[in-house]
Amino acid sequence: MPLDASLVARTFKVIGTRVARPDGVDKVTGRARYGADHNMPGQLVAVVLRSPHAHALIKKIDTSKAEKLAGVKAIVTSADLPDHTNGDRSLRDILENCMARKKVLYDGHAVAAIAAIDLQTARAALKLIKVDYQILPHVTDVDEALKPDAPLIHNDIFTEGLAEKPTKPSNFNKYAEYGHGDLEAGFAAADVIIEKSYKTEQTHQGYIEPHSCLASVSSDGSAEMWVCTQGHFVYRNQCATLLGMDANKLRVTASEIGGGFGGKTHIWAEPVALALSRKANRPVKLTMSREEVFRCTGPTSSTSIDVKLGAKKDGTITAAWAELRYHGGAFPSSWAEFGAMTAWACYDIKNVKSVSKDTVVNRPKTAAYRAPSAPMAAFAIENTVDEVAKAIGMDPLDFRIMNAAKEGTRSSYGPVFGPIGIGPTLQAAKNHPHMKAPLAKNTGRGVACGFWFNFGGQTCVDLNVAPDGTVTVALGTIDVGGSRAAIALAVAEEMGIPYEAVRCVVADTSSLGHNDMTDGSRGTFSSSMAAVFAARNAVTVMREKAAKTWEIPVDDVIWEDGHAKAKGASRGNLAPLSVKEIAGNAGSTGGPIAGHSEIVADNAGVSFGTHIADCHVDLETGQTRITRYTVIQDAGKAMHPSYVEGQYQGGAAQGIGWALNEEYVYGANGRLQNPAFLDYRIPVCSDLPMIDTQILEIPNPHHPYGVRGVGETPIVPPLAAVSIAVTNATGVRMHHIPMSPPRILKAIKTHRG
Amino acid sequence: MTIEVHLWGALRPMAGGAPSVLMEATTIRELFRVLTEKYPGMEPHVKRGVAVSIDGKIYRDQHDTSLPQDAEIYLLPRVPGG
Repeated sequence: MPLDASLVARTFKVIGTRVARPDGVDKVTGRARYGADHNMPGQLVAVVLRSPHAHALIKKIDTSKAEKLAGVKAIVTSADLPDHTNGDRSLRDILENCMARKKVLYDGHAVAAIAAIDLQTARAALKLIKVDYQILPHVTDVDEALKPDAPLIHNDIFTEGLAEKPTKPSNFNKYAEYGHGDLEAGFAAADVIIEKSYKTEQTHQGYIEPHSCLASVSSDGSAEMWVCTQGHFVYRNQCATLLGMDANKLRVTASEIGGGFGGKTHIWAEPVALALSRKANRPVKLTMSREEVFRCTGPTSSTSIDVKLGAKKDGTITAAWAELRYHGGAFPSSWAEFGAMTAWACYDIKNVKSVSKDTVVNRPKTAAYRAPSAPMAAFAIENTVDEVAKAIGMDPLDFRIMNAAKEGTRSSYGPVFGPIGIGPTLQAAKNHPHMKAPLAKNTGRGVACGFWFNFGGQTCVDLNVAPDGTVTVALGTIDVGGSRAAIALAVAEEMGIPYEAVRCVVADTSSLGHNDMTDGSRGTFSSSMAAVFAARNAVTVMREKAAKTWEIPVDDVIWEDGHAKAKGASRGNLAPLSVKEIAGNAGSTGGPIAGHSEIVADNAGVSFGTHIADCHVDLETGQTRITRYTVIQDAGKAMHPSYVEGQYQGGAAQGIGWALNEEYVYGANGRLQNPAFLDYRIPVCSDLPMIDTQILEIPNPHHPYGVRGVGETPIVPPLAAVSIAVTNATGVRMHHIPMSPPRILKAIKTHRG
Repeated sequence: MTIEVHLWGALRPMAGGAPSVLMEATTIRELFRVLTEKYPGMEPHVKRGVAVSIDGKIYRDQHDTSLPQDAEIYLLPRVPGG
């Protein structure tokens, strides 16, 4: 078959089955090795000294006493990480985030790091480092940061995207706008206009496994690193650049991953561990505490969003506008812009505009979290959609169906949509038994939809057939959600061999070409595409070997049901050759059997989902309980339905936590008040009902099996669906999440006057 | 071949506020080359990463991709993922 990404209609044999997961036994028995499970002889333990201030000048760092403590082998500061970024602002920000240079920019910002013979010594040495700070005024609120008199965090940020470049620096790093049509005329034509403001608080991905790495730099300049990451090739490239190394000198091996969700797409500790190892000439392990994970890795933005929506009484949306203000933590970003792009994407609107204002605040550098920026925008937009529908006396779901984007709709972010799945997910929600189920007292139901861009990216796969006919597939994407099983299914399907005959492993950076980060819902989409091509290449090799064995032209050999078969009546006495037979004879037919694939998997296709939430609210305490929840989403083709359902459920669970409880709480001093799971409460199993799922399969025409990424979209609608459910339970519109009990009680009290 | 390239908001100031520009290009690579020659202010954006929507299909990396006659071409920021 050709190496073509286009969908080919076929009947699948193993794709779509629920085979046993290849990592299951190791994970439930504790054999699986995560970031902190790698060790080397002579390794040192590293700890990091972090700023207690939100914003301060570093006047002096005195490490002399710590250096003299027995057992301390190396101390690094920014002086040990010189700037090799060659004017690349994005990399320079990463470097500065890994280790503060002239200023600390947030509570928890790294100032120095120590490698010692054990943790006790390292911690004792930490107390001996003296840092003289000059405390500066700080700002942690996104709206406050935009005010003209706000404390200035960087003196080299001049707002990008304005018609005229500002003459003064500010915290407002980027302006952007999207949309089309005539907003004024659209609102003039509306019978009802609703204008509201919303806020969402900063959340963390809440992965259970903290960041951990083991770095070992040899005196010859070569290095190895074992690390928990969503993209070891990107880590390799960035760490090598920041340390002034050649990329091929640094070999990075990815561990199993105990959750990432976008939070392990960025380097924090890794360059520091490498710098310590280089200085100490010993392996160095650096494992973050939970407190460090909260204080100094990459949570989401907190946001402030204004929305205005107009509609006719017949249900037609006539105009829509939104202004989205997000922050990137202490460094410039584009999170608000991505929110603006996704904000109105579910709808077909003639007159629409979304405006974004990205800013910096004294908080940790924000990172992606599953469909980054989209959940907050959906919260604001979907609540306003719900309110407008009710104001014109229309069922909100029917209102959404009536205004849903479809093939040919000009999207709010620019291009015209091709075939898309928002309509089918909304219709499936309308037809779902959940919508007809009765509701108990003080229980409300909310429906919301959401959108996300998926993408593919650079992907490299290496497939090798062993002499016994079994197959090993070396991958460069991390298995964050079942990709090893899905890719093994793809190879089994393509080669016609049992799933059990294929083993997928995540290869280190010295064994494969570059692979992009495993993000953007791309892992299974892109690596399965590359694996299909690699398998087709291996089949070509095996057909050639069969042809040699039979001494017939290769064009007379076909591949069917896992066997080479000679075609034509005259070949009737040639018994088909299995993979095992061909592989066993590989030495005498030209050598080993392999298939490779190096691709850019572009054109992943956009993704939509619709969620239904039932939520009970205790009106005396403000406590909420999700009583029923349904996720409906298009998967294109679910290669392994259990994993797809797991993605839907996981995204919904995280979104529910975001909606109800999770929140970074900063004190007036700019310090994070709740850097622990006790005070930052993520949902646990007992908090949630079984989350129902409905997988729609509208094939993606740009993948050989029709696959779409599914990992991110499930977190987009829950903030909105749950808040609308709470609104329907209490009769009070919720404009601020998380909807913690005090916030719900306050909203009820304010509403009742 | 003359094509119309639609710009997202952040690029428009570099083109005098125009929502779209006309240029001669047959591939994404050529589009970026001509665009940055004509509007040098856009170079940092292109270096940082720009995606190209061709009739609604979004290409982030494949710069060999052809730009068909009369296709609708939109430039978009290169969105990250989680």
